[in-house]
Amino acid sequence: MPNKIKGNSISKSISRRGFLKGAALGLASTAIPFGTADASIWDAFLQKHFREMNEDEIRTVIKRLEKEYDKKFDTKFNIKTTKAMPGTLFGYGLDLSRCIGCRRCVYACVRENNQSRDPQIHWITVLRFKKGEKWIDLEESEKYYYPGKVPEEGYFYMPVQCQQCENPPCVKVCPTQATWKEPDGIVVIDYNWCIGCRYCMAACPYGARHFNLAKPRIRKEELNPETHYLGNRPRYAGVVEKCTFCVQRTRAGRYPACVEICPVGARKFGNLLDPKSEIRYCIENKRVFRLKEDLNTYPKFYYFFAT
Amino acid sequence: MYALLKNFFTVLKHMAKGDKWYYSWLAFLSFFIIVGVASYIRQLNTGLILTAMRDQVSWGFYISNFTFLVGVAAAAVLLVVPAYIYNFKPIKEIVLFGELLAVTAITMCILFILVDMGRPERVWHLMPIIGTMNFPSSLLAWDVLVLNGYLAINFLISFYVLYKMSHSKEYSIQLIKPLILISIPWAISIHTVTAFLYNGLSARPFWNASILAPRFIASALSSGPALMIIIFQIVRKVSRIEIDNKAIFKIAELIAYAIGLNLFLFGAEFFKEFYSGSIHLAPMEYLYFGLHGKTALVPWMWSALIFNITAFLIFLSPTARENFLTLNIACVLIIAGVYIEKGMGLVVPGFVPGVLGEIYEYSPSWTEKSITLGIWATGAMLYTLLLKFAMPIYTGELRFLSKTGK
Repeated sequence: MPNKIKGNSISKSISRRGFLKGAALGLASTAIPFGTADASIWDAFLQKHFREMNEDEIRTVIKRLEKEYDKKFDTKFNIKTTKAMPGTLFGYGLDLSRCIGCRRCVYACVRENNQSRDPQIHWITVLRFKKGEKWIDLEESEKYYYPGKVPEEGYFYMPVQCQQCENPPCVKVCPTQATWKEPDGIVVIDYNWCIGCRYCMAACPYGARHFNLAKPRIRKEELNPETHYLGNRPRYAGVVEKCTFCVQRTRAGRYPACVEICPVGARKFGNLLDPKSEIRYCIENKRVFRLKEDLNTYPKFYYFFAT
Repeated sequence: MYALLKNFFTVLKHMAKGDKWYYSWLAFLSFFIIVGVASYIRQLNTGLILTAMRDQVSWGFYISNFTFLVGVAAAAVLLVVPAYIYNFKPIKEIVLFGELLAVTAITMCILFILVDMGRPERVWHLMPIIGTMNFPSSLLAWDVLVLNGYLAINFLISFYVLYKMSHSKEYSIQLIKPLILISIPWAISIHTVTAFLYNGLSARPFWNASILAPRFIASALSSGPALMIIIFQIVRKVSRIEIDNKAIFKIAELIAYAIGLNLFLFGAEFFKEFYSGSIHLAPMEYLYFGLHGKTALVPWMWSALIFNITAFLIFLSPTARENFLTLNIACVLIIAGVYIEKGMGLVVPGFVPGVLGEIYEYSPSWTEKSITLGIWATGAMLYTLLLKFAMPIYTGELRFLSKTGK
């Protein structure tokens, strides 16, 4: 595969670390007399790519981040780095005949994953289609609808979020490998490595990537302090973020927040490698399709009609 | 060491000296640079929210300008080929100014990329060796390599020639020949890689057309040399450098071919989209006729098309292109035409309609406009200073001490 990402090559990263430390020391020495030299600023600047850090380095970074967030939000954060469980490949199912377009999933996701409230960022988009139209034509869909009550007569709904492609174009185009596919199939971003070039946003066929155009703002009492490094920890201005199937929950054996909240049970989630899982049952027994199949991105997000 | 320092100060002194036109030009540019820098500092503090870019249209005016300028840089090849390969004397005398223009254009490209980045301080992440460059998978990584390589090649050639001249020595064509030869495919490659940057995305049907890279080259070879024709006329007005009319007319002739090719390729694309009438038509429809009542770019695109066709007709006629009035009009028309077509007309419709069918009408904010003006002013300043340094060496007015102190 052309987009294979480098593993933890220790010798290379040490020499790079060494080089940068030297360069930083030189630069830092010029800053000290002004009394602004904060060691953590330099540590943050010089932080390595998540996948090139060893266990010790990861621990140091987590400690620094927890301190940083504590200072910034006055809240104790717990940042996990749980690895993918062997033998898992997460898949998602969405029953279009059940979805009522209530958008509870959108806001459950915002709360769970610490999305910015101002400016607003939503990882899930719910599209509304008129019944009887050429519906797969996304141009005919409506993203901004304000019903008094759902579901509305004559409409149906299709939520779209990151499809966790098996062959993700965003990973292929990222110039710094700041985004990659984890062994359990989740496409993640290292928010401390992303340079904010937004090439992934141009490449994504599902509009699943969102950019922090401004400093993300969340009221203190709305923060979710239970986080994962690759998932819902607070983001920075100028970086891209996305749905991670709630990596902080699913790697601990729980359902994603959107699955849990769905009032009609339209959302299914599970391990594609487990033949007895509910998701496998849906794929094997329902009428299933994937969005934009012609692009060969192989989404692990299956839409189906159960009735 | 002493000679080197002394030479350096000679250059500085020389660049600082000029008539009142020179000073007012520099002051004029400085004004825009200062405004641009102030806007950029605001953007750095507040974030890219100050631009009109949003999730739906995630690249805008900065990337548009970047795309246009890569073309300007690549256009130097139109001088390099007749100068070095065909040994066409009138152009060989001015090829240096084309190479300096390439140096300037690439510098501006890099500035446009930097102001577009969400986290510019992390730019080292995409450098080879110290960062984690996604090579060869990401076309952006390729772009970093080819652009910087092209900058280095042109910088080396032009400064080697200037260095030799400034010491009253003949430069050895044998020595720079490999560099010159490599610069020709390299020039084509910088614009091809930039085209591939868009071309490779299956999510964006407007860009995902195999005709994109050839169209990039054709449009670059029409607008870039047109810019040079205008600059050459200014150069010979304000300096003692003689530029043969023959060189200018030869360039004009080459531009005629390039525009013709560009128009043909445009027609081919237009036909394919409208005749087959598939869903991929939407961005093209948005550009030329508007989509769902959204028509922001329509007047721009039609003017660009009219500019390009008018310029083509003027360049085509030998009498019109050898008359400086009509020639200059045609040059301005083709620069404006390609700037619209390869700028906003290429980048924005890639995002309109969005991948989920949403239409977000983008038009650059004041922050984007002032930063963009600032970068153009920086480029103009850089080119002015490069010329100020190169011209007297060229005419023999400025000579340096060699190491022996002579």
